[in-house]
Formats: sequence, structure tokens, C-alpha cells
Amino acid sequence: MGLARRLYRGEINVDFVGQWRLWYSLSGILLLISIAGLLINGLNLGVEFRGGTVFSFKSEQATVQTVREAVLNEGAHQAIVQSAGTGGWRVTTESLPENTREQVQSQIAKDFNTPVGQVSVQAIGPSWGGEVSQKAWIGLGVFMLAIILYLSMAFEPKMAMSAIVALIHDLVITAGIYAWSGFEVTPATLLGFLTILGYSLYDAVVVFDMIKEVTAKLGHTSKMTYSMAANNALNHTLIRSLNTSLVAILPVAAILFIGTTLLGAGTLKDLSLALFVGMIVGTYSSLCVATPLLVTLKEREPKYQAIARRLASTGSGKGPKGSKSAAVAKG
Amino acid sequence: MARPTSRHSRPGRTLLVLLALILALGGTMFLQKAFTPKLGLDLAGGTTVTLSPVTLNNAAPPDEILDRAVNIIRERVNGTGISDAEVAKSGSNIIISIPGVGQSEAIKLVATTAELRFRQVLAMEATQVPQNLATNAPTPSPSGSASQPATPKSDKSTTPRSDKSGAPAASTPQPSVSPTGKALSSALTAPTPAASATAQPGATDTPQKQQNKGQNAKATPTAAPSGQPSTPPAQNPNAGVNTQGIDPAVLAQFNKLDCANPANRGQGVQDDPKKQYAGCETDGSYKYVLDVAKVVGTDIDTASAGVRQGTVEWVVQLDFKSKGAAEWSKLTTAAYNSQEPRNKVAVVLDGVVITAPNIISPIPGGRAEITGGFDQVSATQLADQLKYGALPLKFNRSSVDTVSSTLGQDQLQGGLVAGLIGLALVVVYSMLYYRGLGLVAVLSLVVATILTYTAVVVLGHNANFRLSLPHIIGLVVSIGITADSFIVYFERIRDEMKEGHRTLRAAVEVAWVRARRTILIADAVMFIAAIVLYFLAVGGVAGFAFAMGLTTLIDIVVVFLFTKPFIALLARLKFFAKGHPLSGLDAERMSEAGSSGRPTTPQEA
Repeated sequence: MGLARRLYRGEINVDFVGQWRLWYSLSGILLLISIAGLLINGLNLGVEFRGGTVFSFKSEQATVQTVREAVLNEGAHQAIVQSAGTGGWRVTTESLPENTREQVQSQIAKDFNTPVGQVSVQAIGPSWGGEVSQKAWIGLGVFMLAIILYLSMAFEPKMAMSAIVALIHDLVITAGIYAWSGFEVTPATLLGFLTILGYSLYDAVVVFDMIKEVTAKLGHTSKMTYSMAANNALNHTLIRSLNTSLVAILPVAAILFIGTTLLGAGTLKDLSLALFVGMIVGTYSSLCVATPLLVTLKEREPKYQAIARRLASTGSGKGPKGSKSAAVAKG
Repeated sequence: MARPTSRHSRPGRTLLVLLALILALGGTMFLQKAFTPKLGLDLAGGTTVTLSPVTLNNAAPPDEILDRAVNIIRERVNGTGISDAEVAKSGSNIIISIPGVGQSEAIKLVATTAELRFRQVLAMEATQVPQNLATNAPTPSPSGSASQPATPKSDKSTTPRSDKSGAPAASTPQPSVSPTGKALSSALTAPTPAASATAQPGATDTPQKQQNKGQNAKATPTAAPSGQPSTPPAQNPNAGVNTQGIDPAVLAQFNKLDCANPANRGQGVQDDPKKQYAGCETDGSYKYVLDVAKVVGTDIDTASAGVRQGTVEWVVQLDFKSKGAAEWSKLTTAAYNSQEPRNKVAVVLDGVVITAPNIISPIPGGRAEITGGFDQVSATQLADQLKYGALPLKFNRSSVDTVSSTLGQDQLQGGLVAGLIGLALVVVYSMLYYRGLGLVAVLSLVVATILTYTAVVVLGHNANFRLSLPHIIGLVVSIGITADSFIVYFERIRDEMKEGHRTLRAAVEVAWVRARRTILIADAVMFIAAIVLYFLAVGGVAGFAFAMGLTTLIDIVVVFLFTKPFIALLARLKFFAKGHPLSGLDAERMSEAGSSGRPTTPQEA
């Protein structure tokens, strides 16, 4: 209760910046695990990216549920079931090997009383094929450039760089979780990634805005190094960061919970997982990756080096040691 | 927004502006009787159409050509950018899925080839009602297709083989293939006039005659065979026509061409731009001999539909690329310097002359306008077709199906229920944490929800914006962004109260100036993301980006027009100004942290 109370009154002081070694190594390990996952497992791309197999047949008594079960029981992992026209059905699965295709075909024929010859099997190409993906990559590149330019103007280049590094950090870790969990990557997932991208930046921008305001006051006579000032600013916006993240994550958590418990597999689960992980990582990275990175870059500047030397010689340059700082050092 | 002066903001007026905005959106909804958003493919299903390529002897087209066709169709179908249609290859077929039922008309337009050519008119002739008919072809009224002049009827663009009551061309040799293979090579897949002349005995030329013509470079008009047995041989079919410079083979076709019969109008012909061409006006009222195409569709940089200034006529405006502009200038100059009818430049779309205006002056500068009895729909469609280029293949629609949603209702309901639970949690949390101010937070979210819902409905009915599951999830995420804006503001107010020991009313104004900057910079980041994605991405991403930009705008509107003025109003209340324990601005919260003695405000740096 004491912690909550201090949070409520804005009296918390965590040494985020001073703990940079901890954050860097934590993020480093997470990044390595994620990249390993991407290299070893790769992403489980959905039908929309890789193309697949389409089964079409006619049946009056079939329902979405029974068709889905029939197909999934025969070795397909993904199934998009649609009714087409009157009494017609369309099932899209991932690209199946020939023997699985035949099994699915005969199973459908058996379950829904149609001759095997009436169950047509076709290959379908990706609707999000190479060209679409390529455009998406170009879009991502242009977006990053635009953001670097904009933040360089609104803040400064070093802040822009730190924010983008934190952003890439978030994306890689989220992708890594997909690689290890084997969750399907659909266009919906991709859009989830994009949301994270915006959110992660948004969060970093609000934090940096405060840092800029506080560090602008630093001069030759100030009693603080850049690190200390940045850390103060962080603590000042900490309550906002935690509040915002909580408010944003609550609905996503509700979707994730409902998606995984009540609905079983589905797009909802895939999407909300991406968002849930991405937002937590995004909040963490704004506080513990972007800011320490910025401080590392800024402390090299002569102006701030001078301040640090002066304060070190007078012996007051020790960073603020927050009581119980470790207890709340979880973004 | 006017800059709020620090003491004299007028919250009442600002709130009225917001009210007007909501009423405008709501009024639009009522006027259009549209109360629910339009849903995308994944939530509500749509129409799926399979297009089969039409090729010579039914060979499968090369993959790269198919891929190009897929990309062009994808761009056309998403021309509006926010309806999220899907296009995929299936074997050598192309499958298009468009959200909403009964979209086959739209797909028909997406699948037309749209080969555009600009050709100088060399000769023209009004279609006469044939006398003593040898054919039983009914003469259609010339205005038969005037309602959609720019829309090649793809159901009419049958190839010779499907023309013959379904008999495949491979097995049935065409009885009347014109021997002038050279001149017709480009039109082999098309219903050449010769092919349709099978009903007319004696319409085919003897090969000998043709060869004679081929050798006589300067064929006199009389040497041209009379393609219509009904006309007396003595009559010169080209009387009064300047045949200079016209390829005799083309002239022969021209003479045979019977534009009165809609089946002959050669729609869907892949006319060879490097050869002269004989073709019909869309409504069959004229037939033309046209020069080689000096300017073609690939010379077009962009196309748009608009209303010509000072009139109510819809036109398609074209901007040429630099090379095209030079060619266009040359072509119009040549036409301008020619005699009637060669002072006309015909616009040929898929082998049919849409319009052939007189050139009254050379047109430099790389802009052109196509007129031809368009309405808004047909002009927009043609502009979209031209903008994204011609299809490298001709397609037939082999099946049209209405398909159900890909996700199933359970996912949609789950998403909505979860979203509501999430919102409820946010409301509870805000009330607990911010107490009195939490009320402002909750009301801000309510206003944002109303704005978003009405905007989505209005856009759905006016710009074909269709809500899909990712959009809904995106909207749920935007709850966080909207909440953040007032959290930033609230925290700023607290700072001001602590530092400056100002009155609440003053603190509200000073804090606003500082919070506003943060909110705008952060929202600008989201907006840049949305704009970049919208213009560079395709299909689903563009729709998503649009939703993202929309929610960002709504966030700014809510904070500027609701949260801030509302707090300014509340600040006048005793309950808040005096720091009631339940107001969220109570003494405990505002107290300086005395116990630790550490500076909590960074302003002491």
C-alpha cells in the first residue's frame, strides 16, 4: 500500500538511468532470444502470405463448425471456412502436401455426403504476395525516415535515433515471441505490429518531451548532470507512463483473455497477443531503453561532460538513490 | 484553434463548436438513414469473382504477365483505398473478393482491359441503316449504350470461339478467316468483322483479290472489294472519302465493318497500336479508319474524374508523362493542320472509339480531357482504370459467388464484448485514480466514442470505408491514446498547482499550454505513421492507416474541444477549486513530498 500511495502522490524515484547496464543486458538477451527464434523457427505465415489450398463443395447440412473440424482433423493447421452462394462452401487452408489434400477431400466427401469428385481442390496464390510485402517494407522504411526527420526537428537528432532504436527493439522482440510460440502471422497480426509501432513511438515522445523540458535548464551552474536530470524527468512522467499503459493494456488484455479462453484459436487471439506483448515491451523500452540510450549519447557532449566533471569534483554527482528503487523498477 | 489566452478562455463557446460537429455528423447519419457502419470482408463477407484469362488456344499465360495483371487489378479495386478488397492468383485464374454483396458490377469494371489509344482519324462514315438486309441483325438504337459509354460491355466482348455457340475454336476452323493474315494478326482474338460475316454469303474475299490488293500499294478505292453484297457493285463504298495513306487491308475491313450490329463493335479488341485500325463508335453511330496510335495508355501519368468548368459535364482528365506530353502535342498539331475528318483525334478504349473530338488548336502542356457522355460513376471508373494502367490480358468472369465472412460472427462478438469490458475497466480505473477528474476522463472517452462511431458510419456510406477486425482492434488501442492525452494534461495541472501554488483556474490554463505541445507532437507521430502507410501500402494496410489517422484526429478534437474546456468549466466549481477530497485535486495529492526531502519536481535543476 505504501508504494501505491507514493505513486499516487508522485513521490517515487527510481534510478532508471543509473541501472543502464541492467537494462542493456536484459534487452540484449531478449533480442538474442528473439533473433534466434526467427532464425530457427521462422514465422508461421498465414495463407494470405504464402498461398494455400482451397476446397469447394456443396452441402446443405454443413455448418462452419463441422466443416472446420473435418478439415483440421485431417492434418490441416489453418482453416478459413466460408459459405459461398447457396449451399456452397469454401475452405482455405495452408498449402497441403498431396496425401493430406486427398485425405481432406475424402473426409469432406464422407462427412457431407458428396461424391469425392464433387469436392474441388485448387491451389490459391497469396493475396498478400511479394509485391504487397515489398510495399509494406518500403512503407516501413519511409516511415522511419519521416519520423527521424520529424523528431529531429521537434526535439533533436539524438532523441530521434534513440526512439527509433527502441522501436526496432520492440518489433524484434514481438516478432520473436511469434516465432517461438508458433502463432500464425496473418495480415491482422501485421496490422497489430503497426499499431505497436505507433504506440511505442508515442510513448517515447511523451517521455522525451519531458526530458527536453527538464534538461533545457541545465547550465554551467546547475547541480545536476544530464543523467540525473533525465532520470528526474522520467520519474516525473512515470506516473503518466504507467497510467497510460495500464489504460491502454486493459482493453487489449480483455480481448486476449476472451480470445484465448472463450473462442479458442482465431484472429482475435493472434492480434491481441501481438498488441499485449508489444505494449508491455513498448512501455518498458520507452523508460529503460530509449532514455538510457539517449543519456549515453548526450553525456558524451562536452557541455554535459563538463557539468559531470564539475559535480564529480565537488562530490555531489552521485545519482539520486531512490529508496526501494528496485521494487518498482518494472515498467 | 485560437490560442487560449491564459485567463480568458471561453470554454462554453468551444463546447458549442464540438456540439455542432457532433450534430453535423449525426444529422448526416439521419439524412442518409445510415446507422450502422459498413463491414469488411472478414466480418460481413462479400462477393468473390473468378476471372479466367482469355488467351489464344487456351494456353496458360506466363506467370509474370499474370502477376502484373494481379497487381493492376489490386490497385484498381483498391482505387478508393479503404475498402480492403483481396486479390489472389489461383492457378492461371485471378480471384477477387470485394466486401459487400452484389458487387459484381464493380468487379466487371475492375476486370476490363482498359487499353487506351489516341489515334488520328483518317476517314469516317456514319452508319447507315442497311437496305434489303442480307442479315437478320436487328438495328439497335444508336443510343442503346449511351448510358454507359465508357464501359466496354465485357459480356459482349466475346471471342470468335465463344461466339460460335460455345464450340471451341481449336476444333472448328473459322469458315471465314480473312486471308489477310498480316493485317489481322493483331485482331486474331477478336471478333473481326470478317468472322461475323459468316451469315452473309459471299462476304469473304477471294484470296486472289486480296493478293492483288497487297501488291498494289496505291490501291484505288474501286479496287477495294465491296464487303456488302447488298450494295450494288457499281457504287463506290468510299465515295467522298480521302483514302490517301490508308492501308488497303484496313480500308477493306472498314468497308466490311457493320457498326449497326453491336456484336461487331470490336469491344475488347487488343488493337495493335503500331497498325492502322478500323473501329466503331461506342453507340455504333460512326465507323472510323484510324491512324497508328501516337499516344497510348502507358504514356499517362495520372488520370482523374471531374466536372468541366462552367458546365455540368463529367470528364476524365489525363496528365501525360513527359514523353507522352511531347507526342500528344505533336499528334494534336498534326490533326489541327489537317482537313476534315482528319482534324479529329479518336480516343479508343479496348478497340472502341469513345469519342473523336475536333482538334481546334494544338494542345501542349501534357494535359488532355476525354468527354463522352460520362456520369460521375463512369468517369471515376474510367479514370481509375487508366490511372493504374491497362491489363496485359483479357479476362472472362467464370464465376461469381456471394461468400460469408472469413472470421465468423463469434470473433466479432468476442472482440466487441472484450472491448466493452476493457472500456469498463478503464472507467473504473480512472474513477478510482482520478476521482472527480475521472469523470472528465470518462466523458472524454464517451465523446470520442460518439465521434468515432458517427465518423465511421458516415465514411462507410460516403467513402466506402469498411470496418474490419483489425480496425476495431485499432480503435480499442486508440482508447489508450485518447486517455493519455488527458492524463498528460491532468498531471500538468497537478504540477502547476504544486509549483506555482496557483489557483486551479489559472493552473488549468497554464498547464494547457504545456500539455498541448506534448499532445500535438505525440499525435503528429501517429499521424505521420498513418499518412505514410496510407500512401505507400496497399489493400488492408491502407484501410488500417486510414482508421489510425481518423482516431488520431478525433483524439485531437476531443482534447481541444472537450477535455480542456470542460475542465476549465469545472475549475469554476467549488468542489474542484477548493480541493474536495473526492475531486482528484485534494490536498493530500497536492502536498509537497515532505518525508524524504528529495526534490520531486525537476524544476529545481
